[in-house]
Amino acid sequence: MSETLKVVVDRPDVNVAVLRTDGYINNTGGEEIAKEAYALLGSGVNRLLLDLEKTKIVNSIGISILIEILEKLLDQGGKLAFCRLTPTIEKTFQIMGLAQYARIFSAPEPALAWLRGETE
Amino acid sequence: MSSVERREVHMTIPVAPEMEIAATAQVSALGEWMEMGRDKIDEVKMAVVEACINAFEHSATPDRKVELAFRVGAEEGGRGAYLEVDVTDAGHGFDPTRLKTPEIAAALRSSRKRGWGIKIIESLMDDVRIESGEHGTRIVMRKYR
Repeated sequence: MSETLKVVVDRPDVNVAVLRTDGYINNTGGEEIAKEAYALLGSGVNRLLLDLEKTKIVNSIGISILIEILEKLLDQGGKLAFCRLTPTIEKTFQIMGLAQYARIFSAPEPALAWLRGETE
Repeated sequence: MSSVERREVHMTIPVAPEMEIAATAQVSALGEWMEMGRDKIDEVKMAVVEACINAFEHSATPDRKVELAFRVGAEEGGRGAYLEVDVTDAGHGFDPTRLKTPEIAAALRSSRKRGWGIKIIESLMDDVRIESGEHGTRIVMRKYR
């Protein structure tokens, strides 16, 4: 049985990137996302959208790695958004308070508009 | 399921990566059988994942196994049908009253970002009971249909 996470990166703007995940965000999945996110941060991206449309389950170890990414982004004056979460993943993020520091959207377009500073 | 029939399934999983996902398959099967809503089933699955990884990571269970019991039942005259899951390990146990409630603001300022499992379980499930001692830990989690 393997739930290996796949991450596809898209960079629509010079300082904005979208990471589309497919699979279970656990410790190894979280590390896979972090590897991509930190490479992007190193190349000037400080606004990230995590599109979790194809992720149906997460665990708290994976989310703790997402919190590390959020911390690094905030340290660099950046922003983190999530979109297309399952109701349970969104509820879990709310329970943990992640939504106080990152924004959650139902679709990618409004998330990208927020990351670009086009909307509040 | 026309009325609430009792049903119980037992499962043993090894302490090994991603075995918690195998446990969630039973939640899906029983949840669908008792006609629990999809979102509630997913919440039980998330709670089971957290209880399993807590046991994997913290119990130091000598037999390297975690026992699960999945139970469908009903409270007569109470809150109705429920799905209950027990997650049991034979590890060293812990004192639940000494658990610190994690806070996102503190997590963002510190190197410690973990420790969310029990908070997530208690938030997603309707009733949670933790029995822990020197011979192991049993987390009993119940969700009503």
